[in-house]
Amino acid sequence: MSNKESIVDIPTVNKIARLSRLNIPEASKQNLTNDLNNILGFVAQLEEVNTSDVKPLASVTGHKLPLRSDKVTDGNIEDLVLKNAPESSSGFFVVPKVIE
Amino acid sequence: MNESINLKPGQINGETGIWEMVIGLEIHAQILSKSKLFSGASASFGAEANSNVSLVDAAMPGMLPVINEFCVEQAVKTGLALNAKINNVSIFDRKNYFYADLPQGYQISQFTKPIVGEGEIIIDLDDGLQTTIGIERLHLEQDAGKSLHDQHPSKSYIDLNRTGVALMEIVSKPDIRSPQEAGAYVKKIRSILRYVGACDGNMEEGSLRADCNVSVRKSGEEFGTRCEIKNLNSVRFIIQAIQSEAERQVEILEDGGKINQETRLFDTSTGETRSMRSKEDAHDYRYFPDPDLLPLEFSDSWVQKIRETLPELPDLLKKRLVTDFSITPYDASILVEEKDYVDFYEKAANGKDGKLTANWMITELFGALKKENISLSNSPISPENLGQLIALISDGTISGKIAKDVFAEMMISKKSPSDIVKEKGLEQVSDDTEILKLIDKVISENEDKVKDYLCGKDKLFGFFVGQVMKLSQGKANPGIVNKLLKEKLK
Repeated sequence: MSNKESIVDIPTVNKIARLSRLNIPEASKQNLTNDLNNILGFVAQLEEVNTSDVKPLASVTGHKLPLRSDKVTDGNIEDLVLKNAPESSSGFFVVPKVIE
Repeated sequence: MNESINLKPGQINGETGIWEMVIGLEIHAQILSKSKLFSGASASFGAEANSNVSLVDAAMPGMLPVINEFCVEQAVKTGLALNAKINNVSIFDRKNYFYADLPQGYQISQFTKPIVGEGEIIIDLDDGLQTTIGIERLHLEQDAGKSLHDQHPSKSYIDLNRTGVALMEIVSKPDIRSPQEAGAYVKKIRSILRYVGACDGNMEEGSLRADCNVSVRKSGEEFGTRCEIKNLNSVRFIIQAIQSEAERQVEILEDGGKINQETRLFDTSTGETRSMRSKEDAHDYRYFPDPDLLPLEFSDSWVQKIRETLPELPDLLKKRLVTDFSITPYDASILVEEKDYVDFYEKAANGKDGKLTANWMITELFGALKKENISLSNSPISPENLGQLIALISDGTISGKIAKDVFAEMMISKKSPSDIVKEKGLEQVSDDTEILKLIDKVISENEDKVKDYLCGKDKLFGFFVGQVMKLSQGKANPGIVNKLLKEKLK
């Protein structure tokens, strides 16, 4: 358990769930809140390490990003792409109307 | 309120005094690559729905993005052309939001560490003045798919062909102070992109589009709250949208209201902006580094290699044209707007009077092409023929007035000017004895007017010149006519 203050509460869980389009049952919310606080508390222990001389790190492997040349090597697989679509028509995905 | 106040562009004279605009632009430029930023599907325009889609673009589980080297080069090349700092290490982040045309549920973009940092460009204003606009950053990101809302009453149709196509987002500093400056800025960025070859700059097809951030303030005050106008796809709309948005904000503030920071759309039919029906969380993108992509790294020597491939850019080219051809900076700025203008001009003006060539190209040729709605690349008048026409004027073979007739004929028949001049017998008459004959005829037919002239009615001189020119069917050399008439009428 963390000795830090809890930073996630039920409204925060509601917000994250809404942003992630997750439907979380009311009964699970308190448990989930506790879990998230535990995870954050665990990670917060890292703050005790002195990192003043350490550069920020986006990857631990030390590999470089591989590059590919600009060639068309893929595509023309409409059938595969649309295969899992609940609805499609004349090559398009069909979804409930979304309009701004 | 002072009614006679002279407002500068970008100023609004409100009830409480003069307001000024603060504008920043985000330009999205589609990179001219064959394949997408992170997949090998084609990036071409106008294919069958969902045919240019790979399983990576469709965000199937387990697919991994691999970056396109050409797109990285174009971003660096553009950054160099914007006099900007190139970041040898940059990071890709996920920008999370839900929309039907975004199968990943996030856009791969660059948030904290973009590939290109701060830079600046010089923009040319209509009055011949220039001003410098700062560049905040340039980053690489994926385009989204396309939604069609007019195919069905209750459904949207989704085409993912554009999903994952490479975009550069170029963000300006809030240095722009008027809609006109914003227009000039977009034109300059478009021109640089086309010179570099990174983007075709085609605003109609959407390969270049802009979001405008607009706020207003009283001179010297802090920045006000801004609104963002999304997805403008022409310079004219950018200018209209900014003007109307700034006026809307002044009205709200002067009525004692507050500006809500929000995203707005420009309605081209009303010429006004309106609020997008957006949700409260719309801007909570929860960016984080994309774990599928390592940091993008390259060496200084690789950047140097790209620098060596940069073409002569508009600002330097402009200076060179002014020096080499003795034309005005203003004419030069028009000629460098497009690379093919410059190419045409340099061919036409080769060994000719540069100033005269620029005048004829900008006024006559551009005017005629615009009237006929023809692009310069399809001009019926070739650069060589325009150059020949300039030579005929310069060496006195034809007068400027006759040249206009020849030019009109060239537009129609595509013939060379010397052929037209020969066929129609339009050579200018510069021979003294020929012209003296004409002068004698005019004098003998207008004896009373000659008397009046000799008694001091100086204004009649123009009448005699006109009569001689008319008699020569416009072919007499006006300079020589003037000289000989003066001697004759002493």
